[in-house]
Amino acid sequence: MEFFRIKRDIPFMSWGKYTTTISLVTFILAVFFLFSKGLNLGVDFTGGTVMEVGYSQTADLNRVRGVVAKLGMGDASVQNFGTSRDVLIRLPAKPEMSSARLSEKVLSALQQDDSTVEMRRVEFVGPQVGKELVENGALALLVVSFGIVAYLAIRFEWKFGVAGIIANLHDVVIILGFFAFFQWEFSLTVLAAILAILGYSVNESVVIFDRIRENFRKMRKATVAQTIDNAITRTMSRTVITHGSTQMVVVSMLLFGGEALHYFALALTIGILFGIYSSVLVASPIIMLLGVTREDLVKPEKKKEETEALP
Amino acid sequence: MNRYPFWKYLIILVSVLLGLFYTLPNFFGESPAVQVSPLRSAVKVDTALLQRVEEALKKANIVPSGMFLEKGGIKARFVDTDMQLKAKDVLQAALGVNYVVALNLLPNSPQWLTSIGALPMYLGLDLRGGVHFMLQVDMKGALTKALDRHSADIRGSLREQKIQYAGLDKEGSQITIKFREAESRSKAEAEISKTYVDLTVRQRDEGGEFLLTATLKEEAQKRIQDSAVQQNITTLRNRVNELGVAEPIIQQAGADRVVVQLPGVQDTAKAKDILGRTATLEVRMVDEERDVESALRGQIPFGSELHTERGGGPILIKKQVVLTGDRINDAQAGFDSNNQPAVHINLDNNGSRIFKQLTRDNVGKRMAILLIEKNLVEVVTAPVIREEIGGGRVQISGRMTTEEARDVALLLRAGALAAPMDIIEERTVGPSLGADNISRGFNSTLYGFLAVAVFMSIYYLMFGFISVVALGVNLLLLIGLLSILQATLTLPGMAAIALTLGMAIDANVLINERIRDELRNGISPQAAINAGYERAFGTILDSNVTTLISGLALFAFGTGPVKGFAVVLCLGILTSMFSAVTVSRGMVNLMYGSRRKLDKVPIGQVWKPTNDKR
Repeated sequence: MEFFRIKRDIPFMSWGKYTTTISLVTFILAVFFLFSKGLNLGVDFTGGTVMEVGYSQTADLNRVRGVVAKLGMGDASVQNFGTSRDVLIRLPAKPEMSSARLSEKVLSALQQDDSTVEMRRVEFVGPQVGKELVENGALALLVVSFGIVAYLAIRFEWKFGVAGIIANLHDVVIILGFFAFFQWEFSLTVLAAILAILGYSVNESVVIFDRIRENFRKMRKATVAQTIDNAITRTMSRTVITHGSTQMVVVSMLLFGGEALHYFALALTIGILFGIYSSVLVASPIIMLLGVTREDLVKPEKKKEETEALP
Repeated sequence: MNRYPFWKYLIILVSVLLGLFYTLPNFFGESPAVQVSPLRSAVKVDTALLQRVEEALKKANIVPSGMFLEKGGIKARFVDTDMQLKAKDVLQAALGVNYVVALNLLPNSPQWLTSIGALPMYLGLDLRGGVHFMLQVDMKGALTKALDRHSADIRGSLREQKIQYAGLDKEGSQITIKFREAESRSKAEAEISKTYVDLTVRQRDEGGEFLLTATLKEEAQKRIQDSAVQQNITTLRNRVNELGVAEPIIQQAGADRVVVQLPGVQDTAKAKDILGRTATLEVRMVDEERDVESALRGQIPFGSELHTERGGGPILIKKQVVLTGDRINDAQAGFDSNNQPAVHINLDNNGSRIFKQLTRDNVGKRMAILLIEKNLVEVVTAPVIREEIGGGRVQISGRMTTEEARDVALLLRAGALAAPMDIIEERTVGPSLGADNISRGFNSTLYGFLAVAVFMSIYYLMFGFISVVALGVNLLLLIGLLSILQATLTLPGMAAIALTLGMAIDANVLINERIRDELRNGISPQAAINAGYERAFGTILDSNVTTLISGLALFAFGTGPVKGFAVVLCLGILTSMFSAVTVSRGMVNLMYGSRRKLDKVPIGQVWKPTNDKR
């Protein structure tokens, strides 16, 4: 079986104008939603209390709301979680009631109302901790970005580093844009998924860059655009199959992972899809734009190539 | 060209075998067990204890399915949880308060696996259920308490040295002592600066009064705060031991934070209650000179406080603390001479001396024993002192239930917290959710793996199948490695296992595509295989390093579940490099490398473009 039977190189680079426009538009939209709607930050970042309780039968949300409201927490959000029997109660952080005992109070009130209720999970995060998690998350993002740029700059050339990271930060912003637009909950695990995607989708750029370097050596007469087109076309098959395989696992997570892994898998899905797009149609035009030349890669590599070729 | 030296095959074989052995324990599951360990490290765990445990169980007709003597204690395994719970009660009753009897889970793996150190993966709290707390130590509170202790001690010293003083006040971070004459002040200054090296003492005159102010020195403050965290950890450890938790984790996190993890604890309310309690004991005098009635009307006399006696009426108590709970050596619940529940307290040397002096000086007066919890003061009892009490043995009895006596004894024995603590983060996972999470993570990985396996085998035929076997080896090595390292596996960690599988296949796809590419260019099959592996390696390395950078950053900055994700991601990248490249190459070499004539590579159809017009 073989999916890809491409006779001629696809002229990706000549589409540069359109793809850059598309990227720019999606990027601006993502940024717009990030600012207008903002992220629906989870309890990890905002501080507060989240409780998951399970009932033996379908839970009556209004009754649960009533019980919680009676405790003077009318601004709590009560909703189903995964199944109709599981209920998620979100209690916002309150300076005067920010004690960890809040959840106990709610649970005992719920138990008085219906003895079949079972505590599944309680998460309480103090506002101080939440702030630190935000800081650490931002710091991790920064370190990953710099690390990748540095690595690509050493392995290839600074232009590749810059192009790779711009393409991938573009992905990150778009994932964030999705989370802002749909108001999906942004939790610590989603952050982990995004950072993993940052590392993972750089893979894609790396594979193409690798081919570009190889082509610069082999295709001496071709123009830069032709060289890049050929590299992308010839890695096309691998790109789709690899990401397809990863996506299969992620779909399996979406189906079987339950609510806890839902947004994690969702972030990965968006990341994988846009990862393909951005590596092919964002990163490569950028290296063109930055004016990459054959000499950037081939000359200093010449001696090394010979040593590498030895088994 | 496509042959490996013997040692390379050997490495592959050994690593696969190791992976297999260390992965095995994860399949045997766990059975309920009871763990007996001594409360204090001074008590020895030996065969005598083992015998006691055996006899106690035999008497109650409970047959354990296995019993082990280990360094830290004795573990007994049971067939079901009913038996386990019964055994726990029996052992707790038989062994008494000097031993912790806790419920636990023991791996079912056979002895020979355990003896080579093969253990199941260490499951995080989100998978096995339990409580995670992060507590913040109130550093200001630590200083206040230290100052309180100092003022009580200074009073004692001044009295002992017969130095006259008009009053002693604690305000903010400063102790102020008033004197009537300059002479006694200088005597006191000499005494205090000699005895209390942590304090800076200064003289001051104000409105005709001779004052002496004492503050804590800078380095003393730092030392007090450091040791406050340490003492709090010790206290928490004692309290957790009393709770009977099998494998608690209590460790310092940052300068002023403590993390407590109690796997398998179901009664979180009780755990929170015991951990969070800042109960301290204070002995003070009852203010009998002044009128309770007028105090009730709002005219509380200076230097006293209005409290309510347990099961009694309001009572006026002096603010001055005579003795604190720090002086307690041991506390046991029991009964007094009237057969009422009581707490028997043993004071240390210093405490005994102070208490003796106090009772001698105040025969006929009332003293009050107070339990203080989070600014909530409770007067447990306020007895009349009948005679001098020496030897440091004190008995508190006063309308307590047996249960209350036991709780008070526990808190006093486990020690007071050196500084108040606040829970700033709590993550509790119920046992049912933990089990659900395991099956979710497991199913995601299983079906993801199957989908990839089916697809690869169809698309790349034999080479696809070889890739799948390599992927299976990757999974084996990863789980084996996680088991060996006993790294904490969390739900995000399980997601990372699934994700690394999806990502690891990338290396094989790269290789297989490369081989097809070479075949397309008309190179001979053997050369194509060789070139495919050789050329793909650089790319594989590059792409894995970038993911590794992300993984390491996540590990460095992540906390809790995210850290678990990062550990698995990093390890998975390392194992996948080995399995995807070396193991799959080994298999290919073994199957095709020795064939002199290889017409076709079973890697699926390779389509060649007809280049005639180009």
